[in-house]
Amino acid sequence: MIDKIRSLDRRRVGALGGIGERWRALPKWQRRLAGVALIVFVYCLPWLGKLPGNLVVPGLNNLRTDSIDGGSNWAGVLFTCAVYVLVAVGLNVVIGLAGLLDLGYIGFFAIGAYSVGLFGSVNSPVVKWFQREFDLPQTWAVTWAICAMLALVLTLISGVLLGWPTLRLRGDYLAIVTLGFGEIIRIVARNSESLTNGPQGISAIPGPEGPPSTDNQLFGLVDVKPWYWLAITVVVVMVFAVRRLEHSRVGRAWLAVREDEDAAAVMGVYPFKFKLWAFAIGAALGGLAGMLFASRYAFIDPTQFNVNLSILFVAMVVVGGSGNMVGVSLGAVLLAYLPERFREIADYRWLAFGLAMVLVMILRPQGLIPSRRRTRELKDRAAEAEEAPAHV
Amino acid sequence: MRRSYSRALGTAALAAVLVAAAGCQDTSGDDTASGECGGKIAIFGAFSGDNAGLVLPSLNGAKLAIKQHNDANADCQITLQEFDTQGDAAQATPIANEVAGDASFLGVIGGHFSAETDATMPVYEAAGLAMVSPSATRTDLTSKGNKSFFRVVGNDATQGGAVSTYVKSQNATKVFMIDDGSAYGAGITAELGKNLGPLLAGSDKIQERQSQFDPTIAKIKAAGADFVFYGGYTREAAPLVRQMRAAGIKAKFVGPDGLYDPAFPEGASGGAEGSIITCPCLPADKAGGSFAADYQKAYGQAPGSYGAEGFDAAQIYVDAFKDGKKSRADILAFVKAYDKQGVSKYVKFAENGDVDPTKVVIWSYQIKGTAFEPLQELKLS
Amino acid sequence: MNFDDLFGHFGQHTVDGLSKGAIYALIALGYTLVYGVLRLINFAHSEVFMVGTFAVLGLWTAFGVENNPPIGQAILFLVLGLIVAAIASGGTALAIERIAYRPLRRKNAPPLIFLITAIGVSLVLVEVFGLLLPRLLGGAVPSMFSRERIILGMPTILEQKTVIEIAGIEINNIQLIVFVSVLAMMAALDWFINRTRYGRGVRAVAQNPETAALMGVNQERVIMLIFVLGGIMAGAAALLWSMRFGITQSSIGFVLGLKAFTAAVLGGIGNLRGALVGGLFLGLVEVYGATLFSSEWEDVIAFVVLVVVLMFRPTGLLGESLGRARA
Repeated sequence: MIDKIRSLDRRRVGALGGIGERWRALPKWQRRLAGVALIVFVYCLPWLGKLPGNLVVPGLNNLRTDSIDGGSNWAGVLFTCAVYVLVAVGLNVVIGLAGLLDLGYIGFFAIGAYSVGLFGSVNSPVVKWFQREFDLPQTWAVTWAICAMLALVLTLISGVLLGWPTLRLRGDYLAIVTLGFGEIIRIVARNSESLTNGPQGISAIPGPEGPPSTDNQLFGLVDVKPWYWLAITVVVVMVFAVRRLEHSRVGRAWLAVREDEDAAAVMGVYPFKFKLWAFAIGAALGGLAGMLFASRYAFIDPTQFNVNLSILFVAMVVVGGSGNMVGVSLGAVLLAYLPERFREIADYRWLAFGLAMVLVMILRPQGLIPSRRRTRELKDRAAEAEEAPAHV
Repeated sequence: MRRSYSRALGTAALAAVLVAAAGCQDTSGDDTASGECGGKIAIFGAFSGDNAGLVLPSLNGAKLAIKQHNDANADCQITLQEFDTQGDAAQATPIANEVAGDASFLGVIGGHFSAETDATMPVYEAAGLAMVSPSATRTDLTSKGNKSFFRVVGNDATQGGAVSTYVKSQNATKVFMIDDGSAYGAGITAELGKNLGPLLAGSDKIQERQSQFDPTIAKIKAAGADFVFYGGYTREAAPLVRQMRAAGIKAKFVGPDGLYDPAFPEGASGGAEGSIITCPCLPADKAGGSFAADYQKAYGQAPGSYGAEGFDAAQIYVDAFKDGKKSRADILAFVKAYDKQGVSKYVKFAENGDVDPTKVVIWSYQIKGTAFEPLQELKLS
Repeated sequence: MNFDDLFGHFGQHTVDGLSKGAIYALIALGYTLVYGVLRLINFAHSEVFMVGTFAVLGLWTAFGVENNPPIGQAILFLVLGLIVAAIASGGTALAIERIAYRPLRRKNAPPLIFLITAIGVSLVLVEVFGLLLPRLLGGAVPSMFSRERIILGMPTILEQKTVIEIAGIEINNIQLIVFVSVLAMMAALDWFINRTRYGRGVRAVAQNPETAALMGVNQERVIMLIFVLGGIMAGAAALLWSMRFGITQSSIGFVLGLKAFTAAVLGGIGNLRGALVGGLFLGLVEVYGATLFSSEWEDVIAFVVLVVVLMFRPTGLLGESLGRARA
């Protein structure tokens, strides 16, 4: 049975690899054109199967989550997908590029969300304290744009602060320490009532147009499409930025460190420095995603940042194909979209995620859409194992 | 051979998916109920996931009310659409956007937890949809100036006050308070603390999913408490009360409606015997009409926490449709002015959306075996 | 900060902390054994423990054990519980090794992939016990199993009584049993690894797998052995847990597993005696911390201690390595 699956899979990979080869063989302008077409398509997704003027396209309409009874808003689900893609792209820097397993990514997500909540909402104790100390009006709060900056900076700093003591540890210790870190952030957010409102959470978190209100022209309360476009814009920008990084000197250093830390050190690549970079950049992207999340929902409380989400994030990256941005994005979209579209089986989602993780790791450790480099690394190791059956 | 086999299999699977998808399509096609009467309302809450047990009775109560109406009035059909949020505010918001954007929805029952309610209130208000919650009890929900939120349940302050008068009436001298740090548990415990004054002998906070309570028990012993109040849910309360009893603490154990849950005495295996649970829910025989019997008949079990509140919330909309209301604005106005005896209490809303505080009924129950035996109605303050 | 309470009842808190840490230590052994030989964190070990508690619950429910049974019956059911839990946990650990880890080992997969697989296995086991079994079994078995994800109570098998009282410090019978059994299990395991032929094989593979293979040690058998041993220890911990706390839940393993792993790292992962030291140390820190601050900070304290220890002593309190432990 397993052999059959394997051989099927191998043939599929062959076909996909063929597509990959053909894609890379295309002239540059054609590839660019296709890229632009894809981005335009992604921006038009809210109208998938249901054009403006309520023109329903049968078939395509069934892909929408609002085509089922009790389904969520389609643009709302797309927004969630976009935020998760951003998370996956960020976590991919840490796991896929630098080879560090971060099980506490939700902690950075939470710090990003809380930065905009604590400084941007009139309901937050921090803003209230500022109002008292400096005699500011009741409506005063930090502007959204500055909050966004703050979110980036604070998560970057927290990434460095966490990475500094822990990145010197072995990889598997790091996983457990980060897992603990994620929990600490949540517990502190819950217990520090005078700072974060504790379990009650923070409401009225602002968006680009200020606090949520019916007067907002674009980022209003009922229509989610503008939020989706905002998120997808951030995703596109960040994907390009990370792509540049991946193919730069830093990216090559990550690769070297991932494959063999000692060899890299001998060649003059200081592993600690580049690991810290990866960790901090990943953290900042997670914080950015958390910031978008908090702005869109205008409400956060500590229960939204539990450890299950950290594991979901890791699942997105490894199922999709760590190291490959298309792969991790696909993983993120699948894991966010499927439970929403097929609500009747939503109860079994964690069982399915667990099974998917095990099966993918055993049958196809490089993920659904693998990075070529990672595939080769794994093959090398397997070949070594066949030559000399040794321990792990 | 093998190749064509797998290809055929793939094609068949694809075809099956497409057919299935096409089959799913038309179920939600027609919406607005034509005719003089009837319409569509939404109910949202944690209908699956870890906390579903607390919410499902309310969903069942609401379904019962709608079904009774629909059976009796063939010409006035009401559709109740369920939306499952898993209790997560981030899942409740896209659902709110969907309901708000779909003009066929005329009213909303929910949210069931305070966080999801807090997160979605502005959306429903912006869409002019009335929102009647059967179980969101956090005090500050009604102090935010929201014009479309109502709840048919007393808030945490009311229950905290009732617990306080109860322990005072039992001549408590030293009360020890514990909470689980959740919005619900910490909220209700803080309200109780405000009312206890000098009776408060000590307090501790525990974490969710905690199983061992030695330090907390040592603190209770050191305080020499004769009453222990625990604000929170079954998961932590069951091992806590059990370990307290094993350690020889005889103090009376009091908990709020989060523990009005058959899993609590079962999980505590006898440790919860004699505990007092307060709940803003009427005993089955006191609830109006034949609700308890009907519920028992329909679902094969007694209405648990908030079953009656769910029924009442749905009944408000049933009455609105019966009255011929057909627009969101009319229904919102109808809910605001609602004034009628329900099965859980007399339903009439104050200006801020709270159910009239003088009409809230809180009962105390005592655990005997695995059953909750009604003791007495509590004075509110 | 509640110094009065901490120092006023310091002895009592110490006893509570030690008995809490003893159970951590027993679970920590599972992590340490596997890590010592394979250099991999068996993240799913917490679920091995969880399965053990369900086995005990199943046994006691099936025989209709009442609260506080007569002493003879209590001993019988404790022994039976130990056997059943050890079989269930050992079997689960072995199954995880065969189904999930072995294919990966064949491919010489990097440690990251083992860890992710383990997380997946852990999720699957939690959901199977929390969701799938209750749904499949439905009403066919006692109501306890048919409800999803809730906390399940077990009968009290031994009534808690104070048996030793010295200078205001009370030690009850259950704490005593937990403590004595943990020490006995540890001693037995220590003897097994350091004094028997099988133990020598384990140490050999931990030190150098290639050489061990050349010397005729069957590596696969050693790996199976350590998984089973770790599982048996988790099963024993499950029985002690059931006796002391009498509750279980599908998600009970997560927090405990994390603490036990912390204990293993604190003591020096791969080091058997380190697991004991780490477990007791962690138990003490948690109880002192919870008394000093408030129980809501317990987990934070545990993790902060972990990070601090790792920063200043990355190999843990007693140092690592199963192979070099005591040759």
